[in-house]
Amino acid sequence: MDVLIFLIPIAIGLGLLGLFAFMWSLKSGQYEDLEGAGWRILDDSDLPERPPVVKSTEASKAE
Amino acid sequence: MTETDRDWDAFATPKADGSVHMDLAVEGITCAACMSTIERGLGRLPGVTEARVNLTTRRLALDWKPGETGAGAIVRRLERLGYRAHPFDPGRRSAEEEAEAKELLRCMSVAGFGAMNIMLLSVSVWAGNASDIDAPTRDLFHWISALIAIPVIAYSGRPFFRSAARALAVFRTNMDVPITIGVVGTLALSLFETMRSAEHAFFDSVVMLLFFLLTGRFLDHNMRRRTRSVAENVAALRVDSAARILPDGSVREVPLSKVSAGDLVLVSPGERVSVDGVVEDGTSDIDQSLVTGETTLVSVGPGAVVYAGTLNVGGLLRVRVTAAAEGTLLDEVNTLLESAAQAKSKYMRLADRAAGAYAPIVHASAFLTLLGWWTLSDRGFADSMVIAVSVLIITCPCALALAIPAVQVVTSGMLFKAGILLHSGDAIERLAAVDTVVFDKTGTLTLPEPRLLDRDAIDPDRLERAGRLARASRHPLGRALAEVTRAVAPPVEVREEPGRGIEATIDGRIERLGSPDFCGVDPEAVAAVLARFRGASLVAHRAEGEAPVLFAFEQGLRRDAREVIDRLKALGLAVEILSGDREAAVAEAAATLGVSAFAAQLGPTDKIARLEALKAAGHKVLMVGDGLNDAPALAAAHVSLSPVTAVHLSQAAADAVFLGDRLAPVVTALTVARRARAAMIQNLWLSVIYNVIAVPVAVAGYVTPLIAALAMSGSSVLVTLNALRLRIGGGDRGGEPPSAAVEPGFARS
Repeated sequence: MDVLIFLIPIAIGLGLLGLFAFMWSLKSGQYEDLEGAGWRILDDSDLPERPPVVKSTEASKAE
Repeated sequence: MTETDRDWDAFATPKADGSVHMDLAVEGITCAACMSTIERGLGRLPGVTEARVNLTTRRLALDWKPGETGAGAIVRRLERLGYRAHPFDPGRRSAEEEAEAKELLRCMSVAGFGAMNIMLLSVSVWAGNASDIDAPTRDLFHWISALIAIPVIAYSGRPFFRSAARALAVFRTNMDVPITIGVVGTLALSLFETMRSAEHAFFDSVVMLLFFLLTGRFLDHNMRRRTRSVAENVAALRVDSAARILPDGSVREVPLSKVSAGDLVLVSPGERVSVDGVVEDGTSDIDQSLVTGETTLVSVGPGAVVYAGTLNVGGLLRVRVTAAAEGTLLDEVNTLLESAAQAKSKYMRLADRAAGAYAPIVHASAFLTLLGWWTLSDRGFADSMVIAVSVLIITCPCALALAIPAVQVVTSGMLFKAGILLHSGDAIERLAAVDTVVFDKTGTLTLPEPRLLDRDAIDPDRLERAGRLARASRHPLGRALAEVTRAVAPPVEVREEPGRGIEATIDGRIERLGSPDFCGVDPEAVAAVLARFRGASLVAHRAEGEAPVLFAFEQGLRRDAREVIDRLKALGLAVEILSGDREAAVAEAAATLGVSAFAAQLGPTDKIARLEALKAAGHKVLMVGDGLNDAPALAAAHVSLSPVTAVHLSQAAADAVFLGDRLAPVVTALTVARRARAAMIQNLWLSVIYNVIAVPVAVAGYVTPLIAALAMSGSSVLVTLNALRLRIGGGDRGGEPPSAAVEPGFARS
């Protein structure tokens, strides 16, 4: 049963990790817009004007 | 007032890093595509550091550097993108609600963490107790549980402890008092049992209980916050601003919170007066229907008092802002409102009444258990104490505390979808008890916009020409005429004579639209039309070489008013009309609607007197009204509803606001509330039955932590499921949800 000395702190530590992660996400406002967040991942405006994938295939064709 | 001369910067608030922040309610956001259009479009503007659309609340948060761009430029860009923005008045917003929701969520997450980790240890102990756990290991597990439970309860229990302390401080009891006693008692007992290395400790039950209760409370809070955010968006659409005249003579549109007594405000024709004040110069007619209920126009000149919420029909006015002017209508309304609100706060909520009956019984039975075991058996005081506290644990009002909030959450969600925004949860149970419905007439039974009478008798060509001319008018009757004809293209050159009418040259002929006098109508013809339509307002149209035509308008009843009244009667409710309007107009409306009990020309005091009389006769009254003169009555009635077009004061005094042009939400609110009350009573009985079974087991001393945990979660789940049952077969929604028809993009859930 000596293994408990490690197991219990690890279990509680993992729980605390989850708790702190939740607190952080709450504080950084991640629950403020639950509907919009799902759509934001589809928004490409943070990429360069023309998608780089297309460019590279065009470049390889030219070679 | 165009967007360019509105002082948008007055709505912005400076931030610590030198940039400026502004929140806007945006009309027309419907999907994710709008979100990226707006964000990308605004992000390209130089100086804009952040533009973020919240798709849930349909609001836009903006940050920009003040030197590089201005609020006006941003709003113009937004308009080019196809979205109309409405600013929030920064002086009116409060961050308190947000903070409270976040605190509940934090408490809930801590309780959830504690419950999971303690359960991990408890399950091991339960399994060990059945097999071969040794005493030192069990004690170690209990001590670790205690170390987790104490800080978790100290942190997560605060919302309950605070509320219980507040109630006890004024010698009252609420549901949080037995919860606090139960939680603290269980924790103390478990510590005591752990110290004497007993087999059972209840750390798991008490933390889980907190977690359940906090979840219920968070959901309740969240629902109310969501309705409030929609109400705020709707309020932002009805501009809360005034056109202030600066000392140098220029005019800027500023939020109401930046207008103070003594300021000079400009009120253009066709606009609502946004402040209370005294007319400095200018003459005009004022439509006070929203304030007094009277539909006849009142002439005002220098020195006359005007109220916020009234409509300026005629000419340009300069108004000197007054603080609550003593002896005026507003002052009277405020005094009445205060006393009415005080009387209402005496109402005992169902949950608190249940708690009042429940706490003494439970605490007495726990005390008797202690006495009984201690004196009648050979067990010691410590053992008897343990059994007594276990009675407290098993009866800890988990189910009882969820029984009513769970129903309230489900019900306010259903009402929200039907376009009814509740201000308070206990309005549901008060709605269910109603046996008399009292309506205000103007703006409540009737639509705020006037309606054209005897349309078929009018030459369609004439009507269309008048409609085109009316499109150029800002007078409410002119607007109504333009709406009727669906005219789009107004004539190019229009001259306006303030307070009288407009004139334009069309195809070489002079056409006029305005007061009968302005168009040269024979006074006898006017009298004849007025004899046919009592209380109608008239507009005349005249073209050179043709006889002038009169159009008669009246405040039209809401489309479904008659149907709603009939359904209310079918539900067994008495219906009454109390109005500030003239006798004849009220009598006619009452006759059309089939209501026999009505009273006219009532002031705010008379309305309250009538409500008091009804109350004294033992009736529970639902008041439906919108005007300033209704506000005290709305606060004094057992429960009250108000349409979204109502003045601010009335909306704040009412228990709920309904959206849309229909009256059907009144019936929906009543039927949904009745079903909700039935579910609440069922839930309370479920809790009672649970206690009837559980208490004898506890008194007999057979409660183990496993039984406590099972019984408590079982009863909580049962009452929650019973509440959710309300949604199945949602039943009477009162036709199509009016929200979608009126406020596109705002009231969707």
